[in-house]
Amino acid sequence: MRNVFAAEITALAGVDGRIVLLSGDIGNRLFDTYKERFRDRFLNCGIAEANMVSMAAGMALCGLRPVAYTIASFITVRCLEQIRVDLCYHNLPVVLVGVGAGLSYASLGGTHHSCEDIALLRMLPNMTVVSPGDPVEVREALRASLGQDGPIYIRLGKKGEPVVHKHPPEFILGKAIVVREGEDVCLLSSGNMLPVAVQAAELLGQKGLSARVVSYHTVKPLDEELLSEVFAKFAVVATLEEHSVLGGLGGSVAEWLAEHAPQRGRLLRLGTADAFLHEAGEQDHARAYFGLTEEKVAERVVRAYLATVASGIAT
Amino acid sequence: MATAFDVSITELDAVARRMRARLVEMSHKAGTPHLGSALSCVDLLVAAYWKALRIDPRSPGDPDRDRFIFSKGHASAALYVALAYRGFFPDELLDTYAVPGSCLAEQPSPRCVPGLELATGSLGHGLPVGVGMALAARIQGRSYRVAVLMSDGECNEGSVWEAAMFAPAHGLENVAVIIDYNKWQATGRSDEIMALRPLREKWRAFGWSVYEVDGHDLRAIAEALANVPDGSGKPVAMVAHTVKGKGVSFMEDDNDWHYRIPNADEVRRAMVELQQL
Repeated sequence: MRNVFAAEITALAGVDGRIVLLSGDIGNRLFDTYKERFRDRFLNCGIAEANMVSMAAGMALCGLRPVAYTIASFITVRCLEQIRVDLCYHNLPVVLVGVGAGLSYASLGGTHHSCEDIALLRMLPNMTVVSPGDPVEVREALRASLGQDGPIYIRLGKKGEPVVHKHPPEFILGKAIVVREGEDVCLLSSGNMLPVAVQAAELLGQKGLSARVVSYHTVKPLDEELLSEVFAKFAVVATLEEHSVLGGLGGSVAEWLAEHAPQRGRLLRLGTADAFLHEAGEQDHARAYFGLTEEKVAERVVRAYLATVASGIAT
Repeated sequence: MATAFDVSITELDAVARRMRARLVEMSHKAGTPHLGSALSCVDLLVAAYWKALRIDPRSPGDPDRDRFIFSKGHASAALYVALAYRGFFPDELLDTYAVPGSCLAEQPSPRCVPGLELATGSLGHGLPVGVGMALAARIQGRSYRVAVLMSDGECNEGSVWEAAMFAPAHGLENVAVIIDYNKWQATGRSDEIMALRPLREKWRAFGWSVYEVDGHDLRAIAEALANVPDGSGKPVAMVAHTVKGKGVSFMEDDNDWHYRIPNADEVRRAMVELQQL
């Protein structure tokens, strides 16, 4: 995802002279092409995220379109006040890009896990929160972010994420994309869990459950129209994200559900637990730890479905 | 574009006195604190807005204007009065200060009045944002200056020092920071709460071109601020020695006046001292 981001920001900067890329002393070689072509519009801000975000605000106030990039856990939590006060309170067109969302940097330990960022940024008025599901959605999200005029956070995985969209989808901020159709259960996926959702749907199919998969690339604003449809149609609606079950996509959907109860569909929130992970291991180990594998996801969806059958919701 | 306001220091002294009087009245009428903090920076504001800054109240959005960021947001009443007296908006708007429903809250909301560059109130934002504006000037090929007025207590915030390290590294000679060094912060002496001293040496060590001025000497402030860039290739830091509560003898250097609101008798006594009665 980060390579696609680098390529796309380079292409966009060639077309829009207002774009400035700010980096928190990260991205060794990643932005070489960008720097070669747009030396004056690249800034290594050092390891000083608060200053980086405030400077982005200053630039935006002067008509530029800054894009600030560093590790997801840092560009959100370390400088949350700057995001809140300088970007959101002033409603400025700054794009924040966090690399390493969720458990992408699992091996670097808990300091580098980013499982609260959606929740934290979603709380801020005027903030748009985007968690693209694959590299294609990353490209589309970046383009869309520069086509709107408020603060926006895009959380990327890292590298090697599979492409799910074989053809570029119609991408609109705030409008979820149906990736795979199904009739029995619905998986709402946000971010780099999209390939897992697709694989889980395959497994569910083998178990006799037809699963629709939707990419909720935008968590705020939330596509509520689609929620109305899926909660009316499906017995089980599962949210899936490499993020805490608190406050992210699952949390957003739960809030919507509380306002629109009763609904046919039962919500199953799948994500990381409200706990830190203290073990060594790569992303696959961390996902297994939190039950975010296609097998575990399918298992839990089946269990939820059977529970609804038992209570008479499903037919 | 921007026009320098051609006025003498004597006349500016009178403006400063009128501003101080207005601030005392506003604090009393609205029941708002931070009067001591507002009074200490009046001369800095007058020197900037009437002498040093290339600005035009008739074109507050001019892309080539100098930017002045009033980072010590708790003293924003002083900024409001400066902007009004300088002609950015009608005087009468000041009567709505802190009135429920008005746009003039104790600390400003973004774009609440013409001439407001940044909604401050949380300390430590002004300088980093200002540095961003200075970078924009460079990228856009403009030659405006960015001045940031901070309090001494504000120098407690780490974000200030992130910006202080960044600006010299990038040779941002169009940035000037003015520290309203009145030696007090909310609950104590600023040199005791944090090891602020030696302040001038700190800014010099960070790579700034430092000037130490009497923060109540209009001419000295104006000269230092107008001389940005100063030819050193470095951003400029002006350590302005001020007195909290300056201009009203019974408020000067008395930290009670950080929070205390003057009663009617105190207002009257202040008006006499400020030659408004």
